[in-house]
Amino acid sequence: MTGTPIGLFHPGVSPLHRIPAGIKLLGMVLSVVGVVLLHRWWQLAIAAAVTTILFALARIPPRVAWSQLRPLRYLIVLVAALQCWLAGWHAAVMVCGTIVVTVALAALVTLTTRVTAMLDALGGVLRPLRRLGVDTDRIGLLLALTIRCIPLVAGIVSAVGEARTARGVGFSIRALGAPVIIRSLRSADALGEALIARGADD
Amino acid sequence: MTTRDRTNVRPGGPGAPSEVRFAGIRHRYGERWVLDGIDLALAERRIGIVGANGSGKSTLARMINGLIEPTEGTVTVDGLDPSRHGRQVRARVGFIFTDPDNQIVMPTVAEDVAFSLRRSGLSKTVIAERTAAMLERMGLAALADHPAHLLSGGQKQLLALAAVLVRGPAVLVADEPTTLLDLRNARRVSETLAGLDQQVIMVTHQLDALAGFDRIVVLDAGRVVADGTPTDALPRYRELVT
Repeated sequence: MTGTPIGLFHPGVSPLHRIPAGIKLLGMVLSVVGVVLLHRWWQLAIAAAVTTILFALARIPPRVAWSQLRPLRYLIVLVAALQCWLAGWHAAVMVCGTIVVTVALAALVTLTTRVTAMLDALGGVLRPLRRLGVDTDRIGLLLALTIRCIPLVAGIVSAVGEARTARGVGFSIRALGAPVIIRSLRSADALGEALIARGADD
Repeated sequence: MTTRDRTNVRPGGPGAPSEVRFAGIRHRYGERWVLDGIDLALAERRIGIVGANGSGKSTLARMINGLIEPTEGTVTVDGLDPSRHGRQVRARVGFIFTDPDNQIVMPTVAEDVAFSLRRSGLSKTVIAERTAAMLERMGLAALADHPAHLLSGGQKQLLALAAVLVRGPAVLVADEPTTLLDLRNARRVSETLAGLDQQVIMVTHQLDALAGFDRIVVLDAGRVVADGTPTDALPRYRELVT
């Protein structure tokens, strides 16, 4: 596996790293809404340029930044082709550009914010719900597990793909999907058992 | 058979090992009985549980902190039943699994250790101090901000161990902690386990890891077939697997 997988903190002391998690999350939400509301290609170009500057300000190496966007490449090609065919090149640029910029903004937050800081921020926002009996710690745990599962499932997909290649089997959704689902469910069981053992629910 | 009656062993006061007691344990998965009549009192500082695949040793280990409840019989840790006092028992008993990947929850090394203390009521400063001290002790301090899933197998197992030990358990149960590791990493984890202050109950196939242990329990087909010092019990295990 190369680069930093989606959702992982990239250590640093940049100004973006030092901004409190809650402010960054709020900024990300507002930025994403703003980007989605853009209508002109040049507005999107400015948003992309600002996002690039923010990555530079956070001192995120280009290799790490690319590793955040690389998983989108097939989706972007597919969406661009469909949009060009159905609505023209301008729509294709706007839709694909919006996807890339919004994912990059979200990645920038996760790259510069520890998960624990995000959980603390989320806990603060959700605190009023405790009065209604909502277990806000559990919601935070759910978020942490979601982020944790990205490299876990990526590792399973990679291992199953290697096993398939080693056995000389060609590409098949069933040959890939069935073992990935079974191993993911087993991992989920084991992770649940480990969480109990670690006293996560105590 | 070198089975010894240890039912009279008692914890020897503060600082002494805990007593893990299995009384009349039977357990089945579906129609298959995997444990069939286990009566043990484990109070030594270093206890190994060995047996062939399917002999029931991992099931037995999981009962200690309530991950599995026996079909019949009772398990207690210092008199506490894990099924009724799960929180108290898990505070005393730490557990590390064969595959540390399944035990790592947070994305970075330091965050994963700190995760163990999230419900401890300690301040963030104290949690950070304890996390840093534990990482230093495990030789992982330089990797504090490293993505946990990108560690080597040995480092992952040491991280799993750090995440358990930071809670300060009195007993550590380790279920084949070196099985997935190469020789060097297995030795490193075994040496770390050997140097712990905690009482250690280790399930393993790797007999090297049991050097210096006080007591070995050998299981076969869900029953204790040997129980004694390594010198007494391990020859019986070797007979079983050769």
